[in-house]
Amino acid sequence: MKYFHLVWAALFRRKTRTIFTLLSVLAAFLLFGMLDAVRAAFNAPPSAAGVSRLVVSSRISIIQPLPASLEPRIRAIPGVKDVAYANWFGGYYQEPKNQNLMFQVAVSPTYLDTYPELQLPPEQRKAFEETRTGAVIGEAAAKALGIKIGDKIPIKGSIFTNKASGDTTWTFDVVGIFKAGEEKQRGLENQLLFRWDYFDEGRTFGNGTIGWYITRVEDPNESERIAAAIDALSANSDHETKTQTEQAFNLAFVKQLADIGLIVGAIMAAVFFTLILLTGNTMAQAVRERIPELAVLKTIGFSSRSVLGLVLAEAVLLIVLGGVLGLLLAQVLLPAVNAGSGGRMNFPPIGASTWGLGLVLMIAIGLVVGFLPALRGMRLSIVDALAGR
Amino acid sequence: MRILTNLLMVVLIAVAIFALIVLPWPALLAIVVLLALWMAFTRGGRQAWSVTKVGVATIPLRLGSSSVIVIGIAGVVGVLVALLAMAEGFRQTLQQTGGTDTAIIMRGGATAELSSGISRDDAVLVQQLPGILKDAEGKPIASPELVVVANIPKKGTNTDANVEIRGVGEQAFALRPNVKVVSGRAFSPGLRELIVGKGALAQFSGLEPGSTINLGNQQWTITGVFESGDAHESELWGDVETVSATYRRQGYQSVTVRLTSPEALDELKAGIASDPRLKVDAKTTLDYYSAQSENLTKVIRVMGIVIGVIMGIGAIFGALNTMYAAVATRAREIATLRAIGFRGLPVVVSVLLETMLLAIAGGVLGAAVAWLIFNNYTVSTLGANFSQVVFAFKVSSALVWSGLKWALAIGFIGGLFPALRAARLPVTAALREL
Repeated sequence: MKYFHLVWAALFRRKTRTIFTLLSVLAAFLLFGMLDAVRAAFNAPPSAAGVSRLVVSSRISIIQPLPASLEPRIRAIPGVKDVAYANWFGGYYQEPKNQNLMFQVAVSPTYLDTYPELQLPPEQRKAFEETRTGAVIGEAAAKALGIKIGDKIPIKGSIFTNKASGDTTWTFDVVGIFKAGEEKQRGLENQLLFRWDYFDEGRTFGNGTIGWYITRVEDPNESERIAAAIDALSANSDHETKTQTEQAFNLAFVKQLADIGLIVGAIMAAVFFTLILLTGNTMAQAVRERIPELAVLKTIGFSSRSVLGLVLAEAVLLIVLGGVLGLLLAQVLLPAVNAGSGGRMNFPPIGASTWGLGLVLMIAIGLVVGFLPALRGMRLSIVDALAGR
Repeated sequence: MRILTNLLMVVLIAVAIFALIVLPWPALLAIVVLLALWMAFTRGGRQAWSVTKVGVATIPLRLGSSSVIVIGIAGVVGVLVALLAMAEGFRQTLQQTGGTDTAIIMRGGATAELSSGISRDDAVLVQQLPGILKDAEGKPIASPELVVVANIPKKGTNTDANVEIRGVGEQAFALRPNVKVVSGRAFSPGLRELIVGKGALAQFSGLEPGSTINLGNQQWTITGVFESGDAHESELWGDVETVSATYRRQGYQSVTVRLTSPEALDELKAGIASDPRLKVDAKTTLDYYSAQSENLTKVIRVMGIVIGVIMGIGAIFGALNTMYAAVATRAREIATLRAIGFRGLPVVVSVLLETMLLAIAGGVLGAAVAWLIFNNYTVSTLGANFSQVVFAFKVSSALVWSGLKWALAIGFIGGLFPALRAARLPVTAALREL
């Protein structure tokens, strides 16, 4: 640490070059921060509550309905704490392009119990239980679509015809607005939940069937046994089920979208390869023009090893400085992107794991780019260097 | 004065980039030809040419730092071209699936077949509407269809993916003449048989002809492979009545018809409007499939451009560093030239040209790598019917050209400031410098 001044002075010996290099490093780590947020947004991180949830869906395909009669039988399995069920609605509010701002799901009364991370004020919860046509909406969706409590909202469905209206439009009374407990789960707020009993009575076909069950287990370590027990209930019937943890279910879904990890990884590899070349060149230049100075250092008693250390420290400092600034910028930009997209995008904030990985990468890249120049500095012979040979 | 010139530079850069974006390639070629003529026939031009020659000849001496520009720009162009090729491939695959001479009829308000429904009675009515082409026997060329989704493991990951099973009517092959069975035979109506699209066969496991899959607790045999060159290749096709019976469906989801001409759509729509029993919408399949590709294409394009801009900014600073260093090492030589009567402009032009040459090399390298690795690279994603659409990256010449434009823009910005520095070098000070 006592040589920090020396390293710092060496780094800013050529201000323009160092600043340009810093800006390149900054751009690379800004990209790293943002792409990692994209990756995190797709791999919805396991929440504390999510670990204990199992998703039961049809083995044939996700669109195949299950009979409602499974509910008491699942509930009877030892270790099951709670069972809820839901149906996909598939519609839009006002305009088709709003489709992805708010997904509509018909849910059983117990559904909100299985999602303790969705926070709904108790009086609104009570209103939801008492209003047959009631619906609760996530805060993000409510903001994006300008929906308030007390609104009567018509939703144009695409699958289910409503007996009452004769077409596919369903009207709900918004009685509550829920929030996701954690910032990284904002995606859950793009939902409208309404009552399954109202939905089931109103629809013209598929009555008594269910899209999927959500099961909460007492002990996450027992998930595997309970999943097997649930699947055994319907084995060899015409409605075989597939039970998996919520995380496995989500991951399978993301894998169907695209191999996000692979795309992000490939881009970052290209970025960091370029970065290593660029900063490596800067460091090589910096050492080349300082050969006489390094020789002087050695002359006044610095060991070869401390010269090596000084140059390595300079390289690491350069990358860490630019990298930290880049990640900070990403941290500032992401909420701005979220706000600017009007609820269409919900990137989770940059978390500790991104910072950790980022710092490891910075130090590693610093060591890689500093290594050859540092070796050159260490090996130089004082006499030759001072003579300018 | 200083502020004024800097302002001028910003305007110049903006104009140059704007020109790059809007001008078609013949106009840019004309600029290059003009530049060549200037270099060949004017005094200043010949000076610029000889200075450029010296600069380019010394590139091998600065191989390490010059490669920063080349590799930096190759990285930007490679990533950009690959991402845009993904968007382009998806868009092409879906757009080719539709045409203006076929129309799809779904329940009013439905945006995808999966969420639509058409009763058997309505399907019969719809096929009698005006505007629909009839075959030699006088039967309308129309196919009532039903799409269901099956869980089939994806190759490589072995996790279940949603694969589309399309039940088609007997006219389906007359309706879509591009669909050809390339190996095995077509399914027989009434039997539990399927044919598999080439794309689905490549992406999902267990779909080889002769194998059986489990749909709705019944065994279905794959009898052949079909090729269509569009999104249908991601599907499995079977007889609509058999699929419907297996999944206990009362009706169909859509009816696709061949129109007598693209203009006949209005006739068809008028027919639908005049029959109060029908609550359906008709649109051309081109509209239907184009709309499906819109969202994802837009997302990938925006992502590609944002990533390209951030990487491009990084590459600009890399280029600036390299060219400032190059100008610094050649300071004495440039000062000598100025001392013996070379003007400032040739020096500016030569440094700029050198940077842009390196940039072009980088752009070509990046586009070539993107082409080699990603052209026809096949992936799949979830489409509108909640099922997998298989598509291939398409590195088209238009994309390569836009990648090269990016390279030129980065080279221009990265070379301009060092070029000005070179021209402004105080001759006496530079000559004295060691």
